[in-house]
Amino acid sequence: MNDFKRQALSLAKELPEQDLTTPQWLQNLRERGSQRFQAVDWPSRRTESWKYTSLAALGKVASFGAANQGDPASFPVDAWIDADAYRLVITDGVIDTAACGELPAALTLFADADDAQSKIIEAHLGRLADSEQHLFAAMSEALLQQGVLLHVAAGVKLDKPLYLVNRISETAAPLVNTRLLVVLEQGAEAEVVEHYATATDATKGFVNAQTEVVIGDNARFKHYRLNLEGEAIHHVGGVFVELNRDANFDGFAIAKGAELIRIDYGLMHRGAGAHVELNGVYLPRNKQLVDYHTNVQHCVPHCTTNEVFRGIIGDRARAVFNGRIHIHKDAQKTLAQLSNKNLLTSNKAEIDTKPELEIYADDVRCAHGATVSQINDDALYYLQARGVDKDQARIMLSFGFINELIQQLENQAVLGYLLPELAHQFGRDVDLLLFDGDDLDSI
Amino acid sequence: MLRINNLHASVEDKEILKGLSLEIKPGEVHAIMGPNGAGKSTLGNVLSGRDGYEVSSGTVEFKGANLFDLAVEERAREGVFLAFQYPVEIPGVSNMEFLKVSVDTVRKHKGLPALSSVEFMKLARTTSQKVKLDQAFLKRGVNEGFSGGEKKRNEILQMMLLEPSLCILDETDSGLDIDALQTVADGVNAMRNKDRSFIVVTHYQRLLDYIVPDYVHVLADGKIVKSGDKSLAKELEAKGYGWLEGGVA
Repeated sequence: MNDFKRQALSLAKELPEQDLTTPQWLQNLRERGSQRFQAVDWPSRRTESWKYTSLAALGKVASFGAANQGDPASFPVDAWIDADAYRLVITDGVIDTAACGELPAALTLFADADDAQSKIIEAHLGRLADSEQHLFAAMSEALLQQGVLLHVAAGVKLDKPLYLVNRISETAAPLVNTRLLVVLEQGAEAEVVEHYATATDATKGFVNAQTEVVIGDNARFKHYRLNLEGEAIHHVGGVFVELNRDANFDGFAIAKGAELIRIDYGLMHRGAGAHVELNGVYLPRNKQLVDYHTNVQHCVPHCTTNEVFRGIIGDRARAVFNGRIHIHKDAQKTLAQLSNKNLLTSNKAEIDTKPELEIYADDVRCAHGATVSQINDDALYYLQARGVDKDQARIMLSFGFINELIQQLENQAVLGYLLPELAHQFGRDVDLLLFDGDDLDSI
Repeated sequence: MLRINNLHASVEDKEILKGLSLEIKPGEVHAIMGPNGAGKSTLGNVLSGRDGYEVSSGTVEFKGANLFDLAVEERAREGVFLAFQYPVEIPGVSNMEFLKVSVDTVRKHKGLPALSSVEFMKLARTTSQKVKLDQAFLKRGVNEGFSGGEKKRNEILQMMLLEPSLCILDETDSGLDIDALQTVADGVNAMRNKDRSFIVVTHYQRLLDYIVPDYVHVLADGKIVKSGDKSLAKELEAKGYGWLEGGVA
């Protein structure tokens, strides 16, 4: 057993023993998680799902700081997305009541769950984030203390998005173990923005953030997973979604890159007529790493998936993209497409992209493509023919490559937050990008 | 302005221009007509500096200097403007931003002060009205999802913003309806002055009813085979190109 596991397990042992506030189901889950976490071998290069991302350094992590010991003023309110939303803030792994805004009735902390809510948690928690398969899902269970349940009743639309800020303060270097469970009943609608951030670029910490989403019949869920932490962070996370009949999932992921960013998406079509739309962007630089593993399973007929991930990898950074689509034998009339395009802006940058398509049904339409490309020559010439110099043109075209996905964001607050940040990174003028002819008259 | 002397150029080892000579003075409008494959587009691409066009012999002087000493972007800054026959779609790169960067670069080269974002946006909006391009197209990606006519209007918009000294219109009229053609021609005519020259490359005589040239040249098999005034265009319309090509052979 390595240092990382030893520490995590000893932290698990320190969690409060059976008492009145710790329900039996939670204790069982922790016990199960601990056992599984202990039993699974630490991934090596021979472990298929970790083939291109080494956890060797993480295994030797010296020690975790205590949770919530840092300065809550770091990564302050004015650095957050200015959204008209319900705001839930987690600082160094602990729910930061003082920083939270008003919260909806549909939201409850696991610790505060009433009987009915406990039953929902018990029924779904750990069902999609499979702790037998995923090392860090097991760890998440073992260390489970505070979790958040968003349960939206049938036919109800959550009137504002839930904005979840998960921040790490400057000095704590904590182990953050968070869990979000979203259950949308039939015909319900909700939107969640998960925003991960650190006080500075040098802030240390380990984040394990697992999200499970059950989308009921005809229900709709919009989800943003924004990994915008500083580059010293280790983050492993998962977004596991079950779509029932005619359910709709519209997801967006972005990661800027860090010591380790590894996000697993598991999307399961369980009811006919369900639709997944998932876009993602990754932008590692320096010596950063981003690793997205997505796994879409079509178990039933007439479902559609449209997945697009784009990455720009610079300097000596590395990205891993593993996009799997599995079409089971009953999943006739499936329409699934996955596109992964990568732009390397340095000859020391690296991308390992691996498409996996398994089809066991005969009447399906699937498209699956991964490309690693350079800048388009025709576009480059066009810009140059208008006086733009080559380097500048390359930057414009690189930005355009991801801006195509960014501009599609429906949540204007998220768009208004990401666009200036990315525009700045690429040296673009955000006023011009946000040009609105009607606004111009008032200037 | 421009002096082309015995220019030979090839694409992928195939010689397209075979000894083309042409002199253009400031303020003149020269129309170049000719059948498909005569080398009309090659001329525009060679002058603008596109990769893949090999000049084997001949010279091109632009404002008294060797044009081939300049990179693509330097030619543009010096005032060479090619209105593309097939403008490239660049999704994700905002048209407004592209125009601003382009204008900034050219203004800087000319020693003019930079425009602020707001000043520029207002200028771009006014100019887009002149070419009847809805301002919504400024917000989109460069040429992204534009119709053929909208792309050509966007080319003319760029030309008006950049105020080049030599404008090369490469079949800007192809595929345009009469209204769009009129708009494009109005844009060009508004820019005509004693210092600015135009090379109007076209397949059809129709454009020359709207943009009246000073000279008309016929390009066939890589060289100018006949030159005249605007009446030559009418003659070509009536007789086609066959009689000239026959004469060459």
